[in-house]
Amino acid sequence: MEAAVFILSLVDCCALIFLAVYFVITLSDLECDYINARACCSKLNRWVVPELVGQALATVLMLVSLHWFVFLLNLPVAAWNMYRVWKVPMGNMGVFDPTEIHNRGQLKSHMKESMIKLGFHLLCFFIYLYSMILALIND
Amino acid sequence: MSSTGFNSQNGPGQPYANGPLQNQVVLQPPGPCYNMAHQPPYNPMQAKGPMPPGPGLYNSGPYQPIPPVSSYQASPGQPMLNRPPMGPPHPMTSPQSTSPFPGPEQATPALPVSANSYYQHPPAWQYGALPLMGAPPPIGVPPPMATPPLAFVDNHVTSSPSLAPLQASSAGYSAAPSPVYHNAVQPSGPPLPPTSLHRYTQPGSAPPPMKPVAPPHTYQPGMTAPYGQPPTGPPPSMRPTPPPMGNATPPLPFGPKTDGHIPTPANGAQVPNSFDHLETGPKMAGPPQQPAPPARHMGLSYPSLPPGYQNTSASPMQAQTQPYSHAPQSYQQSSAGPAQLSPSLAGLSLQSQTPETLRVVNLLQERSLLPPGPITPPTPCLPQDLQKINCHPEVFRSTLTSIPQTQSLLNKAKLPLGLLLHPFKDLSQLPVVTSSTIVRCRSCRTYINPFVTFLDQRRWKCNLCYRVNDVPEEFMYNPVTRSYGEPHKRPEVQNATIEFIAPSEYMLRPPQPAVYLFVLDVSHNAVETGYLDVVCHSLLENINALPGDSRTKIGFISFDSTIHFYNLQEGLAQPQMLIVSDIEDIFLPTPDSLLVNLNECKELVQDLLKSLPQMFAKTMETQSALGPALQAAFKLLSPTGGRVSVFQTQLPNLGVGALKSREDPNQRASAKDIPNLSPATDFYKKLALDCSGQQVAVDLFLLSSQYCDLASLACISRYSAGSVYYYSSYQQQHNPAGVECFQKDLKRYLTRKIGLEAVMRIRCTKGLSIHTFHGNFFVRSTDLLSLPNVNPDAGFAVQMSIEENLVDMQSVSFQAALLYTSSKGERRIRVHTMCLPVVNSLSDIFAGADVQAITGLLASMAVDRSVTSSLSDARDAMTNASIDSLTSYRTSVLTIQQPGLLAPACLRLFPLYILALLKQKAFRTGTSTRLDDRVFAMCQLKYQPLAYVMLMIHPALYRVDDLTDEGALNISERAIPQPRVQQLSVEKLSREGAFLMDAGSVIYLWIGRNCNPDFLTQVLGVPDYAAVPQNMNLLPELDTAESQRTRAFVGWLREQRPFFPILHVIRDESPLKASFMQNMIEDRTESALSYYEFLLHVQQQVSK
Repeated sequence: MEAAVFILSLVDCCALIFLAVYFVITLSDLECDYINARACCSKLNRWVVPELVGQALATVLMLVSLHWFVFLLNLPVAAWNMYRVWKVPMGNMGVFDPTEIHNRGQLKSHMKESMIKLGFHLLCFFIYLYSMILALIND
Repeated sequence: MSSTGFNSQNGPGQPYANGPLQNQVVLQPPGPCYNMAHQPPYNPMQAKGPMPPGPGLYNSGPYQPIPPVSSYQASPGQPMLNRPPMGPPHPMTSPQSTSPFPGPEQATPALPVSANSYYQHPPAWQYGALPLMGAPPPIGVPPPMATPPLAFVDNHVTSSPSLAPLQASSAGYSAAPSPVYHNAVQPSGPPLPPTSLHRYTQPGSAPPPMKPVAPPHTYQPGMTAPYGQPPTGPPPSMRPTPPPMGNATPPLPFGPKTDGHIPTPANGAQVPNSFDHLETGPKMAGPPQQPAPPARHMGLSYPSLPPGYQNTSASPMQAQTQPYSHAPQSYQQSSAGPAQLSPSLAGLSLQSQTPETLRVVNLLQERSLLPPGPITPPTPCLPQDLQKINCHPEVFRSTLTSIPQTQSLLNKAKLPLGLLLHPFKDLSQLPVVTSSTIVRCRSCRTYINPFVTFLDQRRWKCNLCYRVNDVPEEFMYNPVTRSYGEPHKRPEVQNATIEFIAPSEYMLRPPQPAVYLFVLDVSHNAVETGYLDVVCHSLLENINALPGDSRTKIGFISFDSTIHFYNLQEGLAQPQMLIVSDIEDIFLPTPDSLLVNLNECKELVQDLLKSLPQMFAKTMETQSALGPALQAAFKLLSPTGGRVSVFQTQLPNLGVGALKSREDPNQRASAKDIPNLSPATDFYKKLALDCSGQQVAVDLFLLSSQYCDLASLACISRYSAGSVYYYSSYQQQHNPAGVECFQKDLKRYLTRKIGLEAVMRIRCTKGLSIHTFHGNFFVRSTDLLSLPNVNPDAGFAVQMSIEENLVDMQSVSFQAALLYTSSKGERRIRVHTMCLPVVNSLSDIFAGADVQAITGLLASMAVDRSVTSSLSDARDAMTNASIDSLTSYRTSVLTIQQPGLLAPACLRLFPLYILALLKQKAFRTGTSTRLDDRVFAMCQLKYQPLAYVMLMIHPALYRVDDLTDEGALNISERAIPQPRVQQLSVEKLSREGAFLMDAGSVIYLWIGRNCNPDFLTQVLGVPDYAAVPQNMNLLPELDTAESQRTRAFVGWLREQRPFFPILHVIRDESPLKASFMQNMIEDRTESALSYYEFLLHVQQQVSK
C-alpha cells in the first residue's frame, strides 16, 4: 500500500517535472523571441490546470497516507497554484496573458517561478524515490 | 587582429566614441603614422562642435511650440556666457596637445569583422521599423523665400545624383574658405589613400563664428532640419553662401576636393583639437554643479517672481552677448523680429542650463514656479555637436536626460527611467532616403545613425552593441554631396530622424492596400443621438481625402440586433443590404462584394452614405450586437488587413461580448476605491489579438450618455493599436458643441496619415532593457510592438531598467524604428535615434531630470497600477514618487540642510504635477466622476503624446482681456499674442478680467462679473455681462483688434494639437463653471488638499 502510494506520487512527480521543464523552455523561447507571446501563452495556459491537478493529487496522496512532513511540504505549492488561478482578473486570458507578459518583468517572474518549481519537484522526486524504496524494502 | 585592437586604439576602456573621450591623449606615443590611426571617435558630428551653431535641427515650425533656443543652449552650458561674442567657440583647446594621438592601427590589414556571422532572426525581426509621420504633405511649409535653398530638396535624398541645389550647397560646404573640414589631412601632406580617415577639425585659428560662410550653416539647414525651417528669412549666415558648382560636381574620390581647401599643415596637426574641445563640453557641464543658491526670498510672503524668472528679464542682453546666441537670434528674426528676443525665450534657455536646474528651490516659500511660457525639456549634457543632431524631444524624450550608470544609482534617485515617444508625428521636414541597401548592424540590426563611430572609412562601430561593421560600397558614395568616400556625411549619419524607403526584403507580403471598414450602430438609441448624419456627411465630404491609392477599399456594416452588410459591387444600380440574423455563428453573405474598390464604386458608396441615415430613422430595435458585428468585421478584413472604425452608442447586450452595467451611480463620488476599472470579459482582448495578427486595427468611437463599459470595450482598440474616442452626452439637438467637436475629430481622423501593417522596435544600448510598455499595441516580443495601424496622434511610453552596469560608457543610445506600409503602398522605415550621456552621481541625475516626462510616465504607470491593483494604491504610489525623490535629493545631494521643502529647480514643478494628477479625472476621488469618463481619461493618459497629456494634467491659464502684441509670435503673417501662463488658483482670477483655460481637449473662457466692457463688446460682441449667453462656443468674428488677437490666440492653441478642443464661454451661472473650477488645482476642494497643504504633507514625509 505504502509502496503504491509512492509509486503513484513518483509518476505524478515525473509528470510535474516534465511540465516544469516545458514551462521553462517555452518561457525562454519567448524570451529569445523564437515564439510570439500569443503562442507561448496559449501553450502554457493549457497546462496550468493539469499542473494544479497534479500537484493537488500529490498533496492529497500524502494526506491520505498520513505522511505529514511531505504533505506540509506540498501544501504551500498546491495553495499557490490555486491562488494563482483564482486571482486572474476577469479580463485576462489566463495565468499567462500575452498582453501583459512582457510588462513589469512578468516574464522574469514566471521564469523564476518555474525554476523554483522545477527544483521543488526534483527534491520531491528524490523524497518519493527514497520513500518508495524504503517502503518496498519494508514490504 | 581582434576587436580588442580597436578598443585599445580608442582608448582604454573607452571604446565608445560618442561621448566625450577623456583618455585619448594618454594612449600612445606619437608615431609616424599617428594621424591615420587615431580614429577613435570618428564621429562626423563631433567635428561640428567648433562651429557656431547653425540653424539647428529643430526650428520653430508650426509644430514647434517650443522655442528653438533651448536646443542650442545645450550642454556646454553657462560657461559660454562669459565668452566674448565673436571668439572662437572653444578657445581653450590647445593646438599642440594633439600630436600624441597615435594610431598604430593604420596598417592593420585584416579586420576582425567576421564576415558571415549573419545573424539569423525569426522573420519578425525583419520587420524592424518605424511609423511614418506625415512626410509628404509638408505641414506648414515655410514661405518659399524664407527657406534656405536647401530646404526643399532635402526631403528627398535619393541615391540618384539629381539634386543640383544640394550639390551646389554641399560644394559650398567643402570649398568653404574656412578650414573647417579637412579631408584626410595629414601634416606631411602626401595625398592620402582613400582609406585614411576623414576628419573634421576644429578650425584652428578660429574663424569668427559669425562669418557668413561658415559651412555648417549651409549644410545643416538643408539636410538636418527635419523639423521645419524658420518661417521667415534664412538665418543671416545662410545668405552669402556662394554655391560654387565647380568643385564638387563629379563624384570623384575626393582628390579635387581636398585641393579645394587643403589647410595648412598646422591645421592638420590640430586634429586632436576636436577632442579637446569635445572634452570641454562635458567637463564644463558635467561635474555636479554646485547648487548655487541664489538669493532666495525668505520669509512668509510669496514673492511674485522667483529669482529664476527675474533672471529672465535680464537675459535678452546676455543672449546677445553670448557667442552662441546668435543662432537663436536669427531665429527670432525669422519668426518675430529682433525686437522680440523675448525674455521668455531667453529665460527658458537659461533654465535649461545645468546650474539652473540644480538651483535649490524652497517650494514652501517660492510660490510662482510656473515659467511664463511653455516649459522646455532639459537638454542632455552632450557635446554640443552631438546634441545639435539629437532627436527632437517632441519625438523622443527620456525622463532622465542623464542616464545613471547602475540600477542601484537609479534606485537611489527614486525617479522613473523611461522613454516617451511620438514616433509617427507629422513632421514638416523629414529626410527620406531611397537605397537598395539599408545599412544596419549585423548583430543587433541597429540602423546606422549619427551616433555610430567610424573606425575608418570602411568600418563603423555600432553604438548599441559595439560590433564593428563594414561600410558597404554603396554607402561610400554620398548622394547629397555627390562625392565618394564620405560615409559619415550621408544623410543617415547626419539625421537623428530619418525615413527609408524599404526594399522588398522588408515585406512579408506585397504591401497591403488601405482598407477602411465602417461599423455603425443603427439601433434606436443610436438613431436618437443623430450621430449617423454626422458620420455619413463627414465621410461624403472627405471621401476623396481618405489616404490611399488606386487600390483603396471601403466597406460598411451596420448592426442592431442583427448584422447588415452592404453589397456595393460595381454594376449594381443601388447598394444592396444583406441582413444576417444568425448572430451566434456569423458568416459573410457575399465575401467578394462587401469590400469594394473606392475609386471604382464611388457612386454606390456615395448613394449609400446619402441614404443610410434615413434607412434606420424609424427603427425600434434597441438591442446592440456589437460582438458579432466585430467578428464579422474581422472576418471581412482578415485577408487584407486594414482599419475598422466602430461607432457605438450603448452597452452591447446581445450575442458574444454582451456586457452588463457595472456602474453604481451612487458610488461615483466615493472616496474609497473605484471598482470595475478592468475589463469584464476577455472577449474583446482576444478579438483584438486576432485582429492584430491579421493586421486589422479597430478604432472605437463611443457616443453615449449612459454607461457603456468603456473599460471592457476599449480593449478592442488597445491591443489592436487603434484609438478610442469618447463623447459623453453626445446628442445632436442638445449638445451642438459636442457635435462640432465630433465633426472636427472625425475630419482629422479620416484625413490624417495612416501607416498600415506596422511594427515598431525599440532598441537600446547593451545593458539597458525595456521593462514595461505603455500605449495601444500588442507587444509581440521583448522589444517589438505590433501595430496593425499607426497614426500620427499616437504616443508611446516605455519604462527602462538597467540590467548591466554602464561603466566605461560615456553615452547610451536608443533607437526606435517603425516599419510601416504607407497608404500609397510603399514600405517605409522611420528611424529615430537619441543619444544620452551616462553619469555616475546623483546630482547629475537630478540635474537632468525632465519633470514633464517623469509626470507623463508616472501617469501611465499609475493607470496600470489602478487597473492591476487599486486606485488608492495608484494614488499613494504617485504621492510617494514625489516624496521619495525629494527625500533622496535632500539626503544625498544637498550638502547644506536647510528648513523647508527643497527641490532642485528642474523638479520644482514635480509636486504640483503630482497634485494635478491626483486631481485629474482619471485618479480623483471624492468628486463625482462617471466611470466611463474616468476610464477614458486613463486611456488618454496612456496613448496621447506627452505634449497633450501635460495639458490634460495641468491646464494652462491665461489672462486674455488685456492681450497685447508685445512678445507676440509671428506665424504666417498673423501675430499670436503670448500671454503669461498663470497659476491655477482662484486667487489669480479677478472679476475684472477674462481668463482662458486650455485643458487640452477643451478650452474654457471664463468671464469675470465686472469684466472690462471693452472686452465684452469687442471680443464677445455682447453689450454687457448679463448678455453673455449660457451656451456660447464661438467667438464672433468682429473686426476689432482685440477680437482678432483673441481669435488668433485661440486658433493658435487649437492648431497645436490634432484634435479639436471645444471652447466654452462661461460665467458665474454657467453649468460648466464647476468643471472649470475643478481644474483650479492649487486650491482646496472638499475632498482634496490644496497645493500648499500638499506641500506641507510632502515636507512632513520628507523630513521624517
